[in-house]
Amino acid sequence: MQDQAVIIRQVSKSYGNTRALRDISFQVGKGELFGLIGPDGAGKTSLFRILTTLLLPDQGSVTIEGYDVVKQYRKIRNLAGYMPGRFSLYQDLSVEENLKFFATIFGTTIKENYHLIRDIYVQIEPFKDRLAGKLSGGMKQKLALCCCLVHKPAILVLDEPTTGVDAISRKEFWEMLGRLKAEGITILVSTPYMDEASLCDRIALIEKGSIMAIDRPENISGSFSKPIWAVRSREMYPLLIDLRQYPGVEKVYLFGQYIHLTLGNEGQEPGRMKKFLEDKGHEEVEIKVITPGIEDSFIELMSQQKRHE
Amino acid sequence: MSETEPVIIVKDLVKKFGSFIANDHLSFEVYKGEIFGFLGANGAGKTTAIRILCGLSSPTSGEIMVAGYNAYNEADKIKKNIGYMSQKFSLYEDLTVTENIRLYGGIYGLSRKEIRSRTAELLEKLEIASVKDTLIRDLPLGWRQKLAFSVAIIHQPGIVFLDEPTGGVDPITRRQFWEMIYVTAHEGITVFVTTHYLDEAEYCDRVTIMTDGKIMALDTPLNLKKQFEVNTINEVFLKLARNT
Amino acid sequence: MKKFIGFIIKEFHHIFRDNRTLVILFGMPVVQLLLFGYVITNEIKDARIAILDHSKDIVTREITVKLLSSGYFILDRNLSDDSEIHSIFQQGKVKEVIVFEPGFADKLEKTGRAGVQILADASEPNTAKMLVNYTNGILMGYVQSLNRLQTQQVQIQAEVKMQYNPGLKGVFMFVPGIIAMLLTLISALMTSISLTREKELGTMEVLLASPLRPIQIILGKVTPYLLLSFINAMMIILIGHFVFGVPVHGSLILLMSVTMLFILTALSLGILISTITDSQQVAMMLSMVGLMLPTILLSGFIYPIENMPLWLQVICQAMPPKWFIIMIKDIMLKGSGIEYIWKEILVLSLMTLFFIALSIKKFKIRLA
Repeated sequence: MQDQAVIIRQVSKSYGNTRALRDISFQVGKGELFGLIGPDGAGKTSLFRILTTLLLPDQGSVTIEGYDVVKQYRKIRNLAGYMPGRFSLYQDLSVEENLKFFATIFGTTIKENYHLIRDIYVQIEPFKDRLAGKLSGGMKQKLALCCCLVHKPAILVLDEPTTGVDAISRKEFWEMLGRLKAEGITILVSTPYMDEASLCDRIALIEKGSIMAIDRPENISGSFSKPIWAVRSREMYPLLIDLRQYPGVEKVYLFGQYIHLTLGNEGQEPGRMKKFLEDKGHEEVEIKVITPGIEDSFIELMSQQKRHE
Repeated sequence: MSETEPVIIVKDLVKKFGSFIANDHLSFEVYKGEIFGFLGANGAGKTTAIRILCGLSSPTSGEIMVAGYNAYNEADKIKKNIGYMSQKFSLYEDLTVTENIRLYGGIYGLSRKEIRSRTAELLEKLEIASVKDTLIRDLPLGWRQKLAFSVAIIHQPGIVFLDEPTGGVDPITRRQFWEMIYVTAHEGITVFVTTHYLDEAEYCDRVTIMTDGKIMALDTPLNLKKQFEVNTINEVFLKLARNT
Repeated sequence: MKKFIGFIIKEFHHIFRDNRTLVILFGMPVVQLLLFGYVITNEIKDARIAILDHSKDIVTREITVKLLSSGYFILDRNLSDDSEIHSIFQQGKVKEVIVFEPGFADKLEKTGRAGVQILADASEPNTAKMLVNYTNGILMGYVQSLNRLQTQQVQIQAEVKMQYNPGLKGVFMFVPGIIAMLLTLISALMTSISLTREKELGTMEVLLASPLRPIQIILGKVTPYLLLSFINAMMIILIGHFVFGVPVHGSLILLMSVTMLFILTALSLGILISTITDSQQVAMMLSMVGLMLPTILLSGFIYPIENMPLWLQVICQAMPPKWFIIMIKDIMLKGSGIEYIWKEILVLSLMTLFFIALSIKKFKIRLA
């Protein structure tokens, strides 16, 4: 047996004139928690559907646990657990009925693999007679996860499981993924939230159907070439306009309560920026140099990609 | 934000559905030109409150003034003086860019001449003149959202309500979108954002955090983070939720 | 097998939790049956008749000529014995039989009275009623022309007998039509909607990514509706029988088998529709416009096919409900056995096989 759970080789996929995936290649090791990070429309769902045998790639090949997704799709359907981006359970069935149903169609029972879902299921068990449609967002995601775990899949493919879910449920969800990883299950998860990247072993940043970077999260932000300046003052919009005028400035963008910018060779002298801003009438100016996060890296990589086009 | 003229005044807003209390004595004020974040988990009562503020539903009790009008008997006037945009519904996908602008212009009672000039203005500002006859569904998500926002304020309302405006868009587009919001607020339009994407909260001037129908916190993001001794609004939220 | 049963249980949960479905399933038959109790008129031309002339004299021949030159009737054949009447009606082509009593001209001359029997196939009550009226009119005309020429006044006594549906009840002929309509509705509409609903809600994605085979998904979706449709058909027949007195003269087993066959046809059409579209709305439109309307208009349910223009008649032949309606009418009202309807059974079976093969072929094992 090889030690790669997923091997993707030069996969491309188009819908009409839209190129959803362009020449994607990467591998995911067994037992790895792998994150696919990118905005809506980047190609995350298309790639996951190819992995789960629901779509055929136009070019390239994919193997899951050694099985080819095109020729041996039936094998993969037995060993993969897939949670689509939309809530895909039966809203008019109760929690328990949903779980039972998904157990039976995989030819198993809830009891058989109860140890896998126990931690998650105990949280929704008090509502087991409630219709799935009446559950809160976080509960739905937990149930959906139970349903794709109940057949003890070797690999889990989760398409944006935390989108539209509140912060607490998101946190709990990632904790559950951590426990499943400890059970040895390979997990592929996609997300539009950059802040979830650090919770993965490795991540791929995807945009417009291309992978921009693959690495451990800390390496991706570490590879950022320039320091980032974070600046704020009382009036953010005038600050943004003024910072664009600052000498040597390269890139300026909003980042929550701060404005992030990178500088060329000029303008790095300590105190110069502060004076520049105070001369323009800004109050409560705060300036610091920070280590870039995944989102900064994403923005940088995206603009590099744009320059290449 | 330096201006202190309130455009939304809510005092002891209560909304009950039967015995269920969706909004439990909410009180807050939103000022002219402010970007006000309204945060909370699903089911915390955000949607109920926003429906009342938009004049779509009437409160059980409490004093509510929006854009100078009373939410009990002047709902029609409120509707004329606000804009609304949500990620789910905003533009008609099977109409073109200009058709959508014309439609919403008409709905908000703009004259033909105004519609024509605003359309030209918008197409130029968003740099989308080349796709003016393209169906909305063929536009990239980011463009759609920027256009939807522009259309929501085409009648230059006093307040615009945004419901989870930037979920799922790429980081660059998201920043362009927030820049548009900053410009709008700078021009004096109050921006009321509801979201459960907590990173969106960081862009707001002030945020409220709701859980179980009550307001648990209301301050600038910076002060909230200081108060709870954490680095992100996300952590503020988690701390608050743990206490309830 | 366990997977399959699990699937069916789930499907029944869906059905019994959806009030809308339940209303359509069990409310519709009753409402339809009552609504269609009202009859729609239609016109007659070139109706096929048979004549049993026990007298074969100059008067009966003259009357026969008058009838056939009226433009309403075509002589299918002359009969020679009473026993032939029943079988000729069962073949279904002949709508009316006229029987002249022996020594017709003699009696008319001597006593001034003679008797004629008009038998009509009243399983199509409107047609039957009109045929009889027309025949009576022609007889009256003939008598008047006789009386004008001679002093002795004569009279022809027409005895009318409605075969198979003596009360001329509209509901008799509508019960088969309604069964066809409802089975199309429930089987095709409901299956196509329930399959497209899985696509719309995204659950089809999960089903496809599971080890379930397409055939298991299709059968799992279809089996509950097969059962429910069957219960429904029986319910309509029962209501028809006990409320309106519609008879079931033929074999009940044959009736049930034929009904099952038609349910299969409709189900396969429903699956076919669901393979064409991903939206419930389109599926509903296709089922309504593509299946319901033809069932009502082109199956001979309301409008007699023989009165349609030729090109439309050709289209009617391709309508599965047309064949089904013929069969159950024959079984229920005429008591026909399999020897009379084997042709229709064959046609419908071939259609069904074709649709099933097509829909399984078109059912995708992947998305898009």
